[in-house]
Amino acid sequence: MDERPISPILKILAAVGFLFLLAPVLIVVPLSFSGEVFMAFPPESWSLRWYAAIAENEKMLAAFLFSLKLATAVTAVNLFVAVPAAYALVRLAPRGGDAMMGFFTAPLLLPSIVLGLAMLIVFSRAGLLATPQGMFVAHLVVTLPYTLRVIATALSTLPIAVEEAAATLGASPVTVFRRVTLPMMVPGMIAAGSLSFLVSFDEVVLSLFMSGPRLSTLPVEMYNHVENRADPLVAAVSVLLVVFTLVAVVVVDRSLGLAKTFVR
Amino acid sequence: MTAAAISKVSGRDADFGAAPIALMLLVPITIVNLIGFVLPVANLAILSVSEVRSSGAMTGGWSMAKWLLVATDPFYWELLWNSVRTSLVITALTLAVSYPIALYLHRSTGLWRNALLVMVISPLLLSAVVRTYGWIAILSDQGLVNQGLMALGASEPVRLMFNLTGVTIGLTEILMPYMIVALLAGLGRLDPRVEEAAATLGAPPWRVFVRIVLPLSLPGIALGSLLTFVLAISSFITPKLLGGGRVFLLATEVYDQAMVTLDWPLAATLSIIVLLVFGVALALYGRILRSIG
Repeated sequence: MDERPISPILKILAAVGFLFLLAPVLIVVPLSFSGEVFMAFPPESWSLRWYAAIAENEKMLAAFLFSLKLATAVTAVNLFVAVPAAYALVRLAPRGGDAMMGFFTAPLLLPSIVLGLAMLIVFSRAGLLATPQGMFVAHLVVTLPYTLRVIATALSTLPIAVEEAAATLGASPVTVFRRVTLPMMVPGMIAAGSLSFLVSFDEVVLSLFMSGPRLSTLPVEMYNHVENRADPLVAAVSVLLVVFTLVAVVVVDRSLGLAKTFVR
Repeated sequence: MTAAAISKVSGRDADFGAAPIALMLLVPITIVNLIGFVLPVANLAILSVSEVRSSGAMTGGWSMAKWLLVATDPFYWELLWNSVRTSLVITALTLAVSYPIALYLHRSTGLWRNALLVMVISPLLLSAVVRTYGWIAILSDQGLVNQGLMALGASEPVRLMFNLTGVTIGLTEILMPYMIVALLAGLGRLDPRVEEAAATLGAPPWRVFVRIVLPLSLPGIALGSLLTFVLAISSFITPKLLGGGRVFLLATEVYDQAMVTLDWPLAATLSIIVLLVFGVALALYGRILRSIG
């Protein structure tokens, strides 16, 4: 089956499809080296001025730093919350575990515009709007389903025999978890961690609802910039984001495998 | 002793210690979900049928005012119809462009397949703002397409942005990875030996495709279409940026009512309508899935 020929028609159609899929990502690379004041493609001159402009744009820089801190905090807390939960659901298999998994991953099914609005209303009453705390809770809610699912998948494919052997040899459940299960879960945790970092770092809908004049994330700042101005600044920021995303995707692939994480 | 220890790790038997421990480990995630998900969504549903003063404060009474407004104003019916129709068109286009990619990926192997998979999934994880910005660079009057047309002698740019065309093109591309992943999962059921058998027995490639590959990939098509439709009708970043405030869809209206007009009860009502459309799409999906067995 490895050597099955692929028909030339399929090859052409797939190539056209890939070109369409990658076109908007590919075009921002040359655009970011534009020397023009306005966005036009192809640019008439080339320069690095828009990369320099990022460094001079205080709002963009502040938003970038906040996004970085936010994603780091969200990822750390994610793992603390999701690892015990995944262990409980997969290894301890409580009654109604499937239903609970459904409940915990439900925020993923809800369109983010609905969830964003719902949070906006409740958080404004609690005085959490445009605060780092409000942003943190919002991001935690949407990243947890990813983390939980990836760690649960990783855990369910781990051979249980090793844990059973350790238990048979007299290790207490806590020791088994700490010395056997947890080390074996590290690849899954790395994959889940990179994914939740990326989802938080790229999240824009909830962040738009939660942001304010003095608090915004990088994607929100980019959104505002694109809405008001047509210059190549966002292209330069985008290129940095693309590189960033690719690194994370490769990390997920190396640690757990892309197919296993996304194509179930 | 050992049997008990094993059952404690594997949890296959209903032993005494496991259930309370499992519940304890699930407490943090339950709290997050209750505060950040259940409470806000329940509140949203309540708000859409609550009586509200002009100051925005709830009086505590019930009111169907927003539902009546939405049901009687033709603007909202048109909004709903526009959104559903646009999302259906986007779903059909996404399926058409994604199917060859999924089939090709399904048939490729090794490192090449993995590299292609990275190319499919990376856009999925890249912010919609970045990809929409890329589309602006392609579709705007000074963009790639129009500059190309002008170089070829066109007298004026074709309007590809600030209208439904731009929004449709942009969203089609942005939703492709979801469709491809769903199709790929569906194609996993396809046993290559069946295709080979058909080919060996003399069936031409197009017949193998129509009679074997296509029918077996129907569940993947159904899932991918559901996902795409649901995501298309609820996305607003791309319609906002590529529509330039001139394209009115359900999701953009939810956002405008919430953030510009500050009419939260109306925004809540419209977002519940989005959920109702979801419910209908999900029910249709269930029926289709049953009928294709």
